[in-house]
Amino acid sequence: MHILLRGREIENFNQLDVYEKHEGFVGLKASLAMKPAEVIDQVKASGLRGRGGAGFPTGVKWSFIPQHEPVKYVAVNADESETGTFKDREIMESNSYELLEGSLICAYAIQAKAIYIYLRGEFWDIGSQLDAAIETLRAKGYAGKDILGSGYDCEIYTHLGAGAYICGEESAMLNSLEGYLGQPRVRPPFPAQKGGGLYKEATVVNNVETLTNVPFIMREGADAFKAIGTEQSAGNKIYCVSGHVKRPGNYELPMSTTFRELLYDHAGGPLHDDRPFKAMLPSGGSGPIVPLTDEVLDTRMSYEDCAGIGTIIGSASIIVMDVTVDMTWVASKVTKFFEHESCGKCTPCREGTYWLDKVIDRILDGRGTPDDVKRIADVAENMQGTTLCALGDFAANPIIHTIRHFPDDFAQHVQGEAAAGD
Amino acid sequence: MAIIGNPKYQERIKYHLAKYETKRSAVMPLLYIAQEEYGWVNPEGIDEVAQILDLDPTQVKSIAGFYTMYSEKPKGKYWLHVCTDLPCALKGADEFYAWLKNELGVDESGISDDGMFTVEHVMCLAACDKAPMLQCNFRYVEDLDQGKMRDLLAKWREGAAQPITG
Repeated sequence: MHILLRGREIENFNQLDVYEKHEGFVGLKASLAMKPAEVIDQVKASGLRGRGGAGFPTGVKWSFIPQHEPVKYVAVNADESETGTFKDREIMESNSYELLEGSLICAYAIQAKAIYIYLRGEFWDIGSQLDAAIETLRAKGYAGKDILGSGYDCEIYTHLGAGAYICGEESAMLNSLEGYLGQPRVRPPFPAQKGGGLYKEATVVNNVETLTNVPFIMREGADAFKAIGTEQSAGNKIYCVSGHVKRPGNYELPMSTTFRELLYDHAGGPLHDDRPFKAMLPSGGSGPIVPLTDEVLDTRMSYEDCAGIGTIIGSASIIVMDVTVDMTWVASKVTKFFEHESCGKCTPCREGTYWLDKVIDRILDGRGTPDDVKRIADVAENMQGTTLCALGDFAANPIIHTIRHFPDDFAQHVQGEAAAGD
Repeated sequence: MAIIGNPKYQERIKYHLAKYETKRSAVMPLLYIAQEEYGWVNPEGIDEVAQILDLDPTQVKSIAGFYTMYSEKPKGKYWLHVCTDLPCALKGADEFYAWLKNELGVDESGISDDGMFTVEHVMCLAACDKAPMLQCNFRYVEDLDQGKMRDLLAKWREGAAQPITG
C-alpha cells in the first residue's frame, strides 16, 4: 500500500480539491485540535525515524525544541543529492500537498514561525510547482495567518540551492539559507537549540520523506503506523533502485521487506540474465558496500537488520552492480564524487579526498603498486571521525569497504607484493 | 542591461528580500536573477547584487564561486549537464557523455562553434532510474540515447528549449 507515493494511483493528486477528497488535511485538522505537545507525543509513539539517512527518532527531535523560545523554524531538507537517491523528487512531483501538510503539522507541534523548504538548485521546476501549491494553501487558509481559524500563524517558503551536496548536511544547509557558504557548523549548539538553528533560533530540520509520513500518523494514529515495518523501523520506506536491474525505480515498501524481495520480485532481478549480481551500495555512495550474498539478500531493509550485515540503510539509495563491474572503478567513481563535493572546510576531508582520487586513478591506470592500495586504506582510515560533518566518514567508506570485500579487484591492477609493515 | 531598475525583476527582488529575516539570505536567489540577465554571473551582476544587499562584492563573489550552478564565465545558450555519476555510469553515461562532446565538437565546459551549447559532466541529479540523462538549462531530459539526443539537439538549435533560469 502506498502512503508516500499514493499520487501514483490517484489522478490529479496535486490538485488541492483532489487531495482534500483523499483525506487531505485531516491530519492537520486533528493536530490543530490538539495541544502541540500531544502532537509530538503521537509522532514519538509512532516510531517514525528520520528518512534522510541518520534514522533519528522524529518525535524525539521535535521534543528537543525549547518551547519557551519565542521564535522557532522548520527547515525541510529537499536537497536530495546522495548518489543514487531520487525519492524526494518523486514525492514532491506527485504528492506535494502531503509534504506541505506534514511540514505544517511539524511547524504547529514546535510552534514555528515559518517553514523554509531547501531544494537542491536542480529542482528548479519542483520549486515553481511548490510555490504555486503554497499560494493555493494561503488562499484557502491552510497557511499564513490564523490557519483554519486556529489562531496559529505560519508562512511557508521555498529556497533553491545551487549545486552543493554538502548543503544536505543540516548545519551547512542553514548557513546556505542565511546566505553564507554551505559549510558545516561546529556543534554544539545543535540546530534544535537556541543559537544553533536558522538565524540562531531553534530549528527542526527534517527530510522530505520523513515529513510526508506525518499526515498519515496524525490521521490514522500512531499504532496504524507502528503496525507497518519492524520493531525498530516502523512504516514504509521508499527504496530507490538503480544500476543493473531490469526495473530500476522507486519502490515504497514496509521496512520489513528483504533485499531479495526488492531486487527480484519488484526490480525484476539482474539486468542481464547471464550476469548475476555482485554487490550493492544500499545507501548511495556514502554507506558501506556489501557483496550480494544469500545472507545479504535475505536481510530485511530496516535500520537494525542492515547494521547486522555491516552496512546502513541510510536514505535507501540502492545501487546494484553485476559481475562485470570492477570495484576499483566503483571506488574511483564514488571518490570523485566526494572529492568534488568536499566543501573544503576540514583538512582531512579536503586533502584526503583529493589524494585518494589521485592514487586510485594511478591504480586504475596500471601505474599503482600494492603499497598504493595500503596507502589509500590508510588515508581513508585517517579521515574517519576527524571532520566536522559526516562527509569525511562517507568518503572513507567506499575505499575501506571495497578493499575489505573485494581485494582481488584491486590486486588485479597492481603488480608484486606489498612492503612489510606500514 | 541591468538588474537594478529593470522592471522585469523588481517584483521578484522585492519578494526575495521580504521572505527572509536578513537581506543577506537573498544572495542566492538574486545571483540566479543576475545569471538570467547576463547569461552568466559577471562582475556587473556581482556588483549589483552586492549593492542591493549592502554586501561587499567580494562576499557575493565567494558565494557565486562556491556553488556550481552559478557560472563565472560565459557559456553557450543551452547548458547541458550530463550526469556521469556511478548509477548513470553503470548504464553507459560515460560513453554517452564522450559521444555528446564529440557530436557537438566541444571539450568539457567549452562553447560549441555556433554559440549554442556548453556541455559539462555533473554529479548525481536524482534521476538514476532514467539513465543516461542530462539537464538542459536545469530542466530534466531523461532516458536518452544517441538518436533521441540528435533529435533534441536539432530542436534546441531552432530555439525550442527554455532559457537559463527562465
